[in-house]
Amino acid sequence: MNGRILATLFFEPSTRTRMSFESAIARLGGTTLSVGSVDACSMAKGETLADTIRVVSGYADAIVIRHPKEGAARLAAEFSSVPVINAGDGAGQHPSQTLLDLYTIRQSMPIEGTDIALIGDLRYGRTAHSLASALSLYNVRLHTLSPAGLELPETLAAELRQAGMEIVSHDTIEDLIGDVDVLYVTRVQRERFPDSASYFNVSSSYRITPEILSGAREHLIVLHPLPRVDEIDPRVDESPHARYFEQSRNGIPVRMAMLMEVLK
Amino acid sequence: MKNPESGENEGLLVRRIKNGTVIDHIAPGEALNVVKILGITGTTQEALSIATNVQSGNMGRKDIVKLTNRELSKEEVNRIALISPNATINIVRNFKVVEKKGVEIPRLIEGIVRCPNPGCISNTSEPIRSRFEVLPKGLHCCYCDWVITRDLTSHII
Ligand SMILES: [Zn+2]
Repeated sequence: MNGRILATLFFEPSTRTRMSFESAIARLGGTTLSVGSVDACSMAKGETLADTIRVVSGYADAIVIRHPKEGAARLAAEFSSVPVINAGDGAGQHPSQTLLDLYTIRQSMPIEGTDIALIGDLRYGRTAHSLASALSLYNVRLHTLSPAGLELPETLAAELRQAGMEIVSHDTIEDLIGDVDVLYVTRVQRERFPDSASYFNVSSSYRITPEILSGAREHLIVLHPLPRVDEIDPRVDESPHARYFEQSRNGIPVRMAMLMEVLK
Repeated sequence: MKNPESGENEGLLVRRIKNGTVIDHIAPGEALNVVKILGITGTTQEALSIATNVQSGNMGRKDIVKLTNRELSKEEVNRIALISPNATINIVRNFKVVEKKGVEIPRLIEGIVRCPNPGCISNTSEPIRSRFEVLPKGLHCCYCDWVITRDLTSHII
């Protein structure tokens, strides 16, 4: 991969994902072209994404894109002359995150036959959508726990069931903790709630603590796409169940593998 | 009442045409949507007659659209299937039906339906047409994966 050039187009800030891709290409011997910030470049001046992509694909060997609109990566792929990797499109998909999530689960246990809980904002959380879709390729039972109004979208749930997935929804964390092998925790954003009191109510009732984990299976792993706010008590970091920092490190080898696949 | 299907009676509603296309057996009330889906507006040139809620022997009521001096292409015909899968198309030349065909549901429809997802990239000023894949469960947006399962006509552009 010596000398290969990756363009990272982030129309929405995501320092972690961008750094992770930049680190991955650097470890492969390639370099990154990145746009300082969205409003410092032509993209903010009303140029279409199609034009930006046509130009940038002449500068790089592959493009990584993060965009607030759903389907932006697909559009980019139509206009690009080089491979495009989706690093998140609106409430749509986040496939490189999903691959590293699957890899992290696989490091601890075979994916087949597991019980996996998705917790948090399952309506707008694209990491949860992407992961759920990928898990429907395996024989996995999905457990969900989300605040009212932030449940898994019905169309997605229907698709998952059609793919043969069993989905069990729960009302409390105590209700599911003894039955699952993986707790996949996502952030519930304050903006989704009318006031901070109702946000606080919800966020405290979903919080993962050492006390909650005392009722868990021994091999249970706790994952989180990070950054976390207060969904996971920092005391959990010391527990053998905590895998979220490892999960985030796994972003590098997984993204290296993706880049090798598209640049070979 | 006389046979409502008879040419005479129908003739009062819609005149016979010399050359063009007669779209028959349209689901009742859908004629205007058929016209809309074909992109026929007040500014296009076709002479157009529309009959709605005509008595029909085998389906109760039906709508009919007649287009003078225009023969619909296969792609245009198939758009009609989206809203009226039982419609039949008659190509008329010199007052005779020279070709009669049913409609076939297309696999892909482009630029006819607007994606209901406000966050979809196809609803921006990008130089693309909307694109939907026709699946048994509904119309699937090729950009954002949204699925339109009902009330299709309200999404026609
Ligand atoms: Zn869409």
